[in-house]
Amino acid sequence: MRFWRLPLDAKKYSIPVGELHIIDDRCKGCGYCIEFCPNGVLVLSKKFNVKGYHPPEPLPGKEMECVNCNLCQVICPEFAIYSTLKFSKELSEEDIERYNELVRQRRKDFHE
Amino acid sequence: MIRRVPPTEPFEVERHLSKNEALHGIHPDDTYLKPGRIPHIWCPGCGLGVVLNAYIQALKAREIPQDRASVISGIGCTGRAAGYLNMDTYHTTHGRAIPFATGLSLIRPELSVTVLSGDGDLFAIGGNHLIHAARRNVNVKVICVNNFNYGMTGGQSAPTTPLEARTSTTPYGNVEHPFNLVSLAAASGAVYVARWTAFHARFLVESISEAFMKPGFTFIEVITPCPTGYNRPNKLGAGLDMMKLFREKSEIHHGLDPNEAELDLKRRIVVGKFVDLEKPTFADGYEKLMNGDPKRA
Ligand code: SF4
Ligand code: SF4
Ligand code: SF4
Repeated sequence: MRFWRLPLDAKKYSIPVGELHIIDDRCKGCGYCIEFCPNGVLVLSKKFNVKGYHPPEPLPGKEMECVNCNLCQVICPEFAIYSTLKFSKELSEEDIERYNELVRQRRKDFHE
Repeated sequence: MIRRVPPTEPFEVERHLSKNEALHGIHPDDTYLKPGRIPHIWCPGCGLGVVLNAYIQALKAREIPQDRASVISGIGCTGRAAGYLNMDTYHTTHGRAIPFATGLSLIRPELSVTVLSGDGDLFAIGGNHLIHAARRNVNVKVICVNNFNYGMTGGQSAPTTPLEARTSTTPYGNVEHPFNLVSLAAASGAVYVARWTAFHARFLVESISEAFMKPGFTFIEVITPCPTGYNRPNKLGAGLDMMKLFREKSEIHHGLDPNEAELDLKRRIVVGKFVDLEKPTFADGYEKLMNGDPKRA
């Protein structure tokens, strides 16, 4: 569903913003968190950890897009990543706009 | 010029462990893990860590304290799970996880007894124990990790290896038909039967926590990638490629007849909760008998 303006009850809802904690030296670079993060927040970093793997890191500029869903914590086989709630922000026009863009993108992907 | 190479430092187990211990406690799930034992030995991209993680998340969801839960495992890669959990766990002899669990659940009925073991351990070596524990309906929660081969010993073919798949003992393709684990468990009398893959981490947590609340023999099969043992000879890529394959090929069908729950990596993987019924457990029957059920007198 797409929105054409800010919903009237937008005040009732908020968007959580998560803070990511990555324990670099535990990661084995399997890439599960990177692939399955619903918001595409993570990316493989260039640095090495003690075991020689590349741990994930938040994509520069996307740090604030983590929604604290904790999927990365549940799917990480190494107990190397988790998120905590930083704060919750109010819904704004931009969020709705971004959501619409996401829906448009998904539809395009689906039809291809 | 002769370059002097410093002698290799001897590997100090103590220091190695203490380094891992220094990392212990950072992650919120570390209370459930033994200090100094993580990182575990499982290969990068192996799905076993996801199953262990899901078990911990389910304990957290049901608020089951560590001294009320116990994990019993057999031999194999999955069998190592018992060693990583900071609770009373048993790493038993090959295939005998279920007899140990049966005894424990009968003598300590207040415990949540879980068997966390692999397909080879539970269905090849321990096949008889599994079907009879299911028939008796003992209060044991079984989580069976199916990675299609014996990973720890070098990728030999197991009772779950698909037809025509290559393993180290079937280099020209497997000619044996595999078991359908969910169908076997349901036919043996399990009261709760489900199948998930490592990709369905959230469903798996939900399913395990549902099984905790269910008295009787519950069975959850988890299909996991084994990049080292199974993926390599079958050219399935890394663990992540297998997870993507699960995402692509799996279909959720709750309540489907387990006989029709197809498991074919090339066509489709049917997942979901297939059986959920009520039946008196083994312990219930005995208690009735000992308390002098008037109907029996
Ligand atoms: S908590 Fe959710 S949104 Fe944030 S990085 Fe992890 S998977 Fe992505
Ligand atoms: S899921 Fe865990 S082990 Fe895999 S890349 Fe992410 S942090 Fe590293
Ligand atoms: S051999 Fe297979 S099952 Fe065993 S740890 Fe490695 S990937 Fe996992």
